Amino acid sequence: MSSAAAKKTRPKYLSLTALLFEIRLPLPGWVSILHRASGALLFLAGVWVLFILDRSLASQDGFELAKHYLKLPLVKLSLLVLVWAYCHHFCAGIRYLFLDLDKGVDLKTARLTGGVVIAAGLALTAYFGAMLW
Amino acid sequence: MVSRVVVGAHYGLRDWLAQRITAAIMAVYSVIVAVVLLFGQPISYPVWRDLFAQGWMRVATLLFAASLAWHAWVGVRDILMDYVKHDGLRLASQVVVLLVIAGYVGWTIEILWR
Repeated sequence: MSSAAAKKTRPKYLSLTALLFEIRLPLPGWVSILHRASGALLFLAGVWVLFILDRSLASQDGFELAKHYLKLPLVKLSLLVLVWAYCHHFCAGIRYLFLDLDKGVDLKTARLTGGVVIAAGLALTAYFGAMLW
Repeated sequence: MVSRVVVGAHYGLRDWLAQRITAAIMAVYSVIVAVVLLFGQPISYPVWRDLFAQGWMRVATLLFAASLAWHAWVGVRDILMDYVKHDGLRLASQVVVLLVIAGYVGWTIEILWR
């Protein structure tokens, strides 16, 4: 133990390069923080979604207006971000439900499913994006 | 001084469970709506209006909104508890969040039963 411990170079100082290039959040960590960020975003965007739903169901004119509004590039982009937030939150949430049941809690599986969740969120966004365009 | 027994009264367990039950409800609704939108008729105003005029869709959407409200409350409160350290500021933020959520639900009901 003593010789192995002595060979280690330490202490490890935190530097900007270390923070930027050496210390990285593991994949499940990314799933987690994006789950939180997407949840917060969805909460804040509620007013916008309700506004569009309100207009689109109010009248024929309102529906056409909403349709036209959703075709604006910036609106489409915003909606795409929101779709991603929903899809990621959905997929990550299902992963957490499995983790609650003690499924996939070992490191290897957790990393694998973390990657799957991020990929699935992006793939679903691309799919719905293609449908929107 | 409040004395709490950590294992005594399931503090937080109800929120934890509610978060999961509401998530499951919303997941089912999401899949149904996605299927309707993707594989149903192309969405024109009459189709859209008639979809939300049906009783089951109104009730399902209201159930979704109620689930979302509870789910969002637990989630956003967790975020505020993690990052807002000042007690008064945290309480104020939580009150604002509750009002916003109540507003969302009220607006949803107004939209559905116009």
